Amino acid sequence: MVQGEQQDKVIGIIDYGMGNLRSVYNAFRSLDANVEIITIPEQFNSVTHIVLPGVGSFAKAMENLEERNLIEPIISFVKSGKPMLGICLGMQLLATRGFEPYEKSGLGLIEGNVIKMNFDGVRIPHVGWNALELITDHLLFQGIRKHVDFYFVHSYFFDVKNEQDILAYSEYGSRFPSVVYKDNVTGMQFHPEKSQKHGLRILNNFVSS
Amino acid sequence: MLKVRIIPVLLLKNDRMVKGKKFTDFKDTGDPIFASRIYNAQFVDELIFLDIDATNESRETNVAVISEVSKECFMPLTIGGGISSIQQIRKLLNAGADKVVINTAALNNPSFITEAADVFGSQCIVVGIDVKFEDNGYVIYSNSGKVRREEDLVGYIKTVESLGAGEIFINSIDNDGMMEGYDHQLIELVMSSTSLPVIACGGAGNLMHLVNTFKSTGVSALAMASIYHFGDNNPVRARSYLKNNDIQIKTV
Repeated sequence: MVQGEQQDKVIGIIDYGMGNLRSVYNAFRSLDANVEIITIPEQFNSVTHIVLPGVGSFAKAMENLEERNLIEPIISFVKSGKPMLGICLGMQLLATRGFEPYEKSGLGLIEGNVIKMNFDGVRIPHVGWNALELITDHLLFQGIRKHVDFYFVHSYFFDVKNEQDILAYSEYGSRFPSVVYKDNVTGMQFHPEKSQKHGLRILNNFVSS
Repeated sequence: MLKVRIIPVLLLKNDRMVKGKKFTDFKDTGDPIFASRIYNAQFVDELIFLDIDATNESRETNVAVISEVSKECFMPLTIGGGISSIQQIRKLLNAGADKVVINTAALNNPSFITEAADVFGSQCIVVGIDVKFEDNGYVIYSNSGKVRREEDLVGYIKTVESLGAGEIFINSIDNDGMMEGYDHQLIELVMSSTSLPVIACGGAGNLMHLVNTFKSTGVSALAMASIYHFGDNNPVRARSYLKNNDIQIKTV
C-alpha cells in the first residue's frame, strides 16, 4: 500500500515494556512500511516517524520511559518537527499529568490531565467500537468516511485543556476527546492497529505524513 | 455511541477448532487459523479463542494460534484457557492478544486477578464464568465445566469486579450448543450484579435470538459459535439483521 517514494520513511515503534507492540508492528508491516523497534535513545536518529503505543497504567508507563532514558529523545524528536503518533496509553502520555493509579507527570506535549472515566449510566471500561466526531479535516483521516467505528478499550480519558488541541470527540456517557493533535504530534485513544481497514488507513496516512 | 458487539468464539482442541453441546460431545469444525481469516474478512467485532483442554492437561495456552492470527487479522483478539501466571499473559499479549480470559485460576486464586490487572491494566483482564442452573439457582463450574464450585455467583461477580477485572464473560453450560436462545434470566442477573461490561455466551441458534437478547437484557456483547458452524448464518448477515432490527452495531 505504501507508495515507492515512501520507502525512505522509517517508522520507529517505541518499546518500553507496555503491551501491544507486536500488533502495531504487524499492522505497519502489512502496509509494507519500514519499521524499527526503538529500545535505546540512539535509535531515534535512524527513524523518520515515531509511534508510542502501550496499554497499562500511566504512572508505570512514565516510570518505564524514565528508566530507559527515552523521555528526552521523544521530546527532541517532536521539537525537530518530525511526526509522532501516540496510541491509547501512548496518547494519554502526551498529557501534562495522569492519575493512574497515582499522580505522575506525563510528557507534557499537549496540555491536560488523564483522569478516570466517571460517567453516569455507562459501564467502565469503555470497550468496543465507537464513532468519532471529527472537528476538522486532517491528513491522518483522509479517505475515511464519517460515522465509521474504531476499537476502544480504556478506563481513563485525556481531559484536554485547550479546545484547539482536540481533533475528534467520541460519546460514551459524556463527550470526551478521542483524538488530540498539536503540530506534528497526534494521539488517538482508540487502537488503529485493531480497527481493521479504517484503522490501517489511518496508519497508512501517518506513514505518508 | 458505543455499539454492541457480536463475537465468534473459537474453541481450540489439539490445534483444531471444535464445538460441542453443554461442554461435551465435541465435533471438529475446522482449522482455527483458516476460520479466523474468514471472520477477519467479514469484519467481525472481536474474536475469542478458548483453549479448552489447557487447564485440565495442565499446560499453557496455545500461543501459536494468536501469533499466526495477529499477523493478518487487525482486530481485537481475546484468548483464554489454562492461564494462571503473569508470564503466560505477557507471552499472549506479546503474541498479539489484546485481552485474556481467566476462569479456573481466578476461582482457585482470586488475588491473581489483582496481580494481573496491576501489571496489564483491568481493561485486559476478562473473567470467564461457566454456570449451570441447578435446584437452588445458578452454580459455577470450573475446569471447562468439570468441577462443581461452592462460590455464590453474585458474590463472586462482585468479588472479581472489586479485585480489578475489566469485563465478565458469562457462559451458560445448559444452553451451550443447544441453539435454542440465550438464558435471559442469567444475563440479567449478571448485568445487575456488576457495572463492568458483560459478554454473554451460550445458546445462539438464529439471528432473532441475538436481537431478542440485546433488546431484553441490554448486554454489552454476545458471543456465539454453533450458529456459524452448524447453520447458514455468518457475521455479515448477523450484522445486517441486527441493524435492520434497530440494534446499534459497528458500521463497516
